[in-house]
Amino acid sequence: MQSILDPWPWYISGPLIATIMFVLIYFGKTFGMSSNLRTLCSIAGAGKKVKFFDFDWKTQRWNLTVVAGAIIGGFLAHFYLSTTTDIDLNPDTIKTLSTLGFENAGKSLLPAELYSWDALLSVKGLAILIIGGFLVGFGTRYAGGCTSGHAITGLSSLQLPSLIAVVGFFIGGLIMIHLLFPLIFG
Amino acid sequence: MIKYLKFLFVGIIFGIVLVKSEAVSWYRIYEMFKFESFHMYGIIGTAVITGIILLLISKKFKNINGGLMTVPKKEKGFTRYIVGGTIFGLGWALSGACPGPMYILIGTGAFSVVIVILGALFGTYVYGIVKDKLPH
Repeated sequence: MQSILDPWPWYISGPLIATIMFVLIYFGKTFGMSSNLRTLCSIAGAGKKVKFFDFDWKTQRWNLTVVAGAIIGGFLAHFYLSTTTDIDLNPDTIKTLSTLGFENAGKSLLPAELYSWDALLSVKGLAILIIGGFLVGFGTRYAGGCTSGHAITGLSSLQLPSLIAVVGFFIGGLIMIHLLFPLIFG
Repeated sequence: MIKYLKFLFVGIIFGIVLVKSEAVSWYRIYEMFKFESFHMYGIIGTAVITGIILLLISKKFKNINGGLMTVPKKEKGFTRYIVGGTIFGLGWALSGACPGPMYILIGTGAFSVVIVILGALFGTYVYGIVKDKLPH
């Protein structure tokens, strides 16, 4: 039981994620989380103005159900299946984050410096989350997928476009962490 | 309704796995892009290796509807994947949340992530507007 309550090692988690992809394909669907953003836009009525959102969103109800389950799963895992939420980060990572103004790195899932209500009430804090989200939404639709659709499903099915997309994910991530973080948080 | 139960179940497992693997943590994403831990590479690497094997085996089996087990083919192209991928990477590293974890994090009580979701919905909407003007 303790091994369930402790953080799960990568060699358990990775194969489980692949199994989730496989089960969805067995159900005649596919593993892609960012599509739900398009579906939600469509439900909100975006299809009346923009053709891209003019589709029968009801065909995507299964994927929204996966999202609902994921929220429940997050709740269960965090409140009932975890004894600690401390993350065993590399001490060097903790040190660098401290120089950028992030204290208590790894003591929670998300940094209070970005996700606390205090942070949200500052213009900079609010802008970071909105811009971060905007880039995720715009980029995933432009690239036609995110970590689940490209990195997991696309690479598992040996598709070249997905490899290009994943290279892009890393170009963007490395630019943000190594070049932009010191400017934003320095 | 019953036919949706299986998707709810898959989602619950997905949420549990991503929290227990710490892949929903902003810090793990930061650490990954700093190349200071093998953890995230281990998760993605073993997921892809397992995925390749499962998909190879699956060619011999049928799906639940009696059809072929197929993965949708991505359109050929380069620009949209490298540029779109880079834009997503920028946002992923900044917010620490990709489109699965941003929902899962709500379940962990991190309600401020809703702001990220609203930003992502807006980004998706803007893409829909400018889509035809972008190189793909």
